[in-house]
Amino acid sequence: MTEETHDVRLHVNGATYDVSVPPRRLLSDALRHDCGLTGTHVGCEHGVCGACTVLVDGRPTRSCLMFAVSAQDTEITTVEGLTNPDGSLGPVQQAFLECHGLQCGFCTPGFLTTITAGLAENPSPTRDEAREMIAGNLCRCTGYQNIVKAVERAAELGSAT
Amino acid sequence: MKPAPFAYVRPGTLEEALEALAADPGAKVLAGGQSLVPLLSMRLAAPSRLVDINGLPDLDRVRTDADGVRLGALARHADVLADADAGRVQPLLPLALANVAHATIRNRGTTVGSLVHADAAAEMPVVLRLLGGSVDVASVRGRRTIAADDLFAGPLESTLDHDEIAVEAFFPALAAGAGVGFEEIARRHGDYALCGVAALVERDGDRVTVARAGYLSVCDVPTVVDLTPALDDGLDDATLDAAADLALDALEPADDIHATADYRAQLARVLTARVLRAAYDHAGSRRAA
Repeated sequence: MTEETHDVRLHVNGATYDVSVPPRRLLSDALRHDCGLTGTHVGCEHGVCGACTVLVDGRPTRSCLMFAVSAQDTEITTVEGLTNPDGSLGPVQQAFLECHGLQCGFCTPGFLTTITAGLAENPSPTRDEAREMIAGNLCRCTGYQNIVKAVERAAELGSAT
Repeated sequence: MKPAPFAYVRPGTLEEALEALAADPGAKVLAGGQSLVPLLSMRLAAPSRLVDINGLPDLDRVRTDADGVRLGALARHADVLADADAGRVQPLLPLALANVAHATIRNRGTTVGSLVHADAAAEMPVVLRLLGGSVDVASVRGRRTIAADDLFAGPLESTLDHDEIAVEAFFPALAAGAGVGFEEIARRHGDYALCGVAALVERDGDRVTVARAGYLSVCDVPTVVDLTPALDDGLDDATLDAAADLALDALEPADDIHATADYRAQLARVLTARVLRAAYDHAGSRRAA
């Protein structure tokens, strides 16, 4: 049996990807397999862990809880889109580097996208707000302390630019 | 962890969507998908077709007037939560919505979708029921309004027919002299609650004229209990305890892997007292304001 496919135009990090996908193709899988953007990580695949979080029209969204066919006409930002235009690390990435906000790195893409959107909405979060910002993302290595510090450091870096 | 194959249609008008749904008895509606997609990925559901309503116009509106708040089928939790007018007219909306999953899920999930998903562990179904709201549904056969009391048939089962789409939900405004409270206990903030309670209290001076509480994650369906008789003599520690007794008489807390029935009953007892007091104080503060 051949499965029906749909031609979908995805707008990711300012680039356009024309892909042909079955309706059941999760956005997370389309980004990785069809667009070749393997920065987005797939953890639990049912919306709990947050590793696959991308920005859809600027808002953090679980890419494993969206179908690629539903994502046409949206602007998607993945972790690959968070670097500065010159290719250097963006402020949230730089803060994770400085604060040791990652160990194995599996959860990191989801944290980076979530925090990028969080700081766009609230550029100078309190520590409690920083914790709330990342409450929907799981990290099994760091114990979160350094991630919270990275949120605060990213806010500093963001306000300096 | 991948959904079974299904056909997909993304209609541009409500009429097309209703026809697509009516034409395939195995079809399901896709709105935010934050509950549906996990069910598909775990293969707990395998619809033959998804009718994606995200392309339909005007359904994302939040309309507020003196009567209450009307939410279109595509109004995301996050948008309703951020809507100051809606929160002013019905303060229970933001109180409860802040407890709906995590912000990332609220960005995509819809409040109307959550209502007709009819999960007894969800916040908004019990809020709709406590407030006496309703849901407007449409099909090729016409439209009808389902009162919240008639909406929940069983676990994850609403009374919508397979060809019906919930197009709008109505949450009545909070009356003058009334107050609300909401609290839930979860292992981690944003997780499904072990127990949650919403309360609505109406006061005439210090006298309680109406006291009702809605319970999530306690019974198979969102359940509302009238606690007014217990508070006839006013609101204090003893009458709050009596109110909790009255509530537990009407509830059947269940065992599951997250909590024993006894623990759940204890949470219901403690939270009942807390939210009734909060709603009572809220009613008082609104009158003073």
